[in-house]
Amino acid sequence: MSALRLRFRAGSGTEANRAGRTGDRILFALCAGAGLLAVLVLGEVVYQVISGARPAISKFGLGFLVHSRWAPNFSAFGAAQALVGTAITSIIALSIATPLGIAIGVYLAMMAPPPVRTVVGPLVEMLAAIPSVIVGFWGLIVFSPFVANHIEPALHNVLGFIPLFGAAQTTGFSLLTAGLVLTIMVLPIIAALSRDLFLTVPVELKEGAAALGATRWEIIRGVVLPTTASGVAAATVLGLGRALGEAIAVLQVVGDGTGIHSSLFQPGETLAARIANEFTSPESKLHIPSLFYLALILLVIGLVTSVLARMIATRFDVHRTLA
Amino acid sequence: MTAQLDVPERDPGLPDPSAPLIASGDLRRRDAVSRAVTASAAVAAFLAVAVLAILVFTVISKAWSVLSLSFIFTNPSGLDSGGIANALLGTIEIVAIAAVIALPVGILTGLYLTEFAGANSRSGRFLKLVLDLLQGLPTIIVGVVVYGLIVAVTHRQSGFAASVGLSIVMLPLIARSSQEVLLLVPGTLREAADSLGVSRWRTVLGVILPTAAGGIATGAILSIARAAGETAPLLVLDSIYDPNATQLNPFGHGVPNVPILILTTSDLPSPSALTRAWGAAFVLLAAILIANVAARIMLARSRRKMMG
Repeated sequence: MSALRLRFRAGSGTEANRAGRTGDRILFALCAGAGLLAVLVLGEVVYQVISGARPAISKFGLGFLVHSRWAPNFSAFGAAQALVGTAITSIIALSIATPLGIAIGVYLAMMAPPPVRTVVGPLVEMLAAIPSVIVGFWGLIVFSPFVANHIEPALHNVLGFIPLFGAAQTTGFSLLTAGLVLTIMVLPIIAALSRDLFLTVPVELKEGAAALGATRWEIIRGVVLPTTASGVAAATVLGLGRALGEAIAVLQVVGDGTGIHSSLFQPGETLAARIANEFTSPESKLHIPSLFYLALILLVIGLVTSVLARMIATRFDVHRTLA
Repeated sequence: MTAQLDVPERDPGLPDPSAPLIASGDLRRRDAVSRAVTASAAVAAFLAVAVLAILVFTVISKAWSVLSLSFIFTNPSGLDSGGIANALLGTIEIVAIAAVIALPVGILTGLYLTEFAGANSRSGRFLKLVLDLLQGLPTIIVGVVVYGLIVAVTHRQSGFAASVGLSIVMLPLIARSSQEVLLLVPGTLREAADSLGVSRWRTVLGVILPTAAGGIATGAILSIARAAGETAPLLVLDSIYDPNATQLNPFGHGVPNVPILILTTSDLPSPSALTRAWGAAFVLLAAILIANVAARIMLARSRRKMMG
């Protein structure tokens, strides 16, 4: 039946053809329009952030980046403290989450028995689905007292001679707590991505190494990690992007501190957390433009990280297809 | 002449084939190292699962005393008592509007990438870059941008502004996931339709989209679950409202919502207000985790269907 109908339509000539062509054009226009809209959204993001920051840029210039004093009621604005806080919390998060995430990826891709793999893999990914406000809430109520009472005193006792590990604070709201909370949010990203990467390593390579007598660890260190190194690097950079831009969970535990301190146990501030915290309650005329300036810094860092991750990943893809 | 048949000089780097088959090297040590690494990798995986368990268990145990049907179906009365019905309704509304904006744009963008832009065309690669950049955008930046776009113009926070913000968060997720699913549609289906002389748009509507529907729906559910818990844009766009009233007009009015309810209640000193915040966190977390599990099941099913 349908074949007959189709033949009839094909025979009916130009009319159906024209309808087909018009339909194709409409569909193309819709799809291209949607793609264009996505591009426009990104352009609008960049434009809005720059134009919002313009008054602060013309007032403070690049000195904004190195001044650490942030006192909205005195119209004194500088990004250095938030920049340092962002860097420290991200470094803490990545330096814990990267080795752990790679280890989890290795375990799920190569070691875990299949039943464990099918349960643990999705559970790890589920960790990434927990909203940041709930992680932050837990960090605020449960985790920061734990940090203050157990982790900070322990670190201070053992490593107290290093200024990073100063005297423990009573609240637990600190750069360290923020970094640890970020670790929880970054870990599932790195773990899931590196697991997927390790699964792409050709089985011939692994079996070849095994046939040469390599132990499991030697296969991982000698074959799996070297062939996926750039992909793992890209996964880490993606995790970094997440850690840099997280506002809510950090805001809840970082303590909204002022000044740059040597100790990780002092409250601090990050770019994203400060924007989230102060945007709805400006205290002076240049307050909002200065927050937009912070957003511009964050945007630039974020875009650079995304491009970097992508560049590393494409190089990895090219490498893999050539091999 | 015969002297030439002597065993040639061996390359010292190669193993001696006549050597007895006894393992060289410190096997016991190598084996111990390998075992230690295996064990610590297992511990790392256990740690991640433990963190998930601790988070979920904390939310459940702290929320337990407040959970009841009336918590979901009544409005709050003050900070300390009542339910979260208005915030729940508001979140559903905001996320629904965001989905109505982001779903068509995202799916069409995915279609553009697979059906119209060649795999290596310049426009396709550029669009993928743009989507990656959008996806990597810190969500607080999305918030301040929509603030400049809508709130600064209307001088009012609104539920609609929040929806626009969330739709920007959802767009790249939907576009990339639809693209990935559309790529899985077997090329033979397209060729069969082409050979019958079916025009491209009929192929897309009648063959390609229905085949990929399950996978696209999975991506849609995941992005909706992501948007439902997103807090940073709402803080800037939709955090000023009467927390005790139901407000469903998203234009020019702040709409109560669950993430902001949790955030603003989480640092209050009152224990009963905190318990309500845990209750709200439980409802949000349960909805998101159930959506994730459902999406996972749907994905497995549609994969099976598509592979035949």
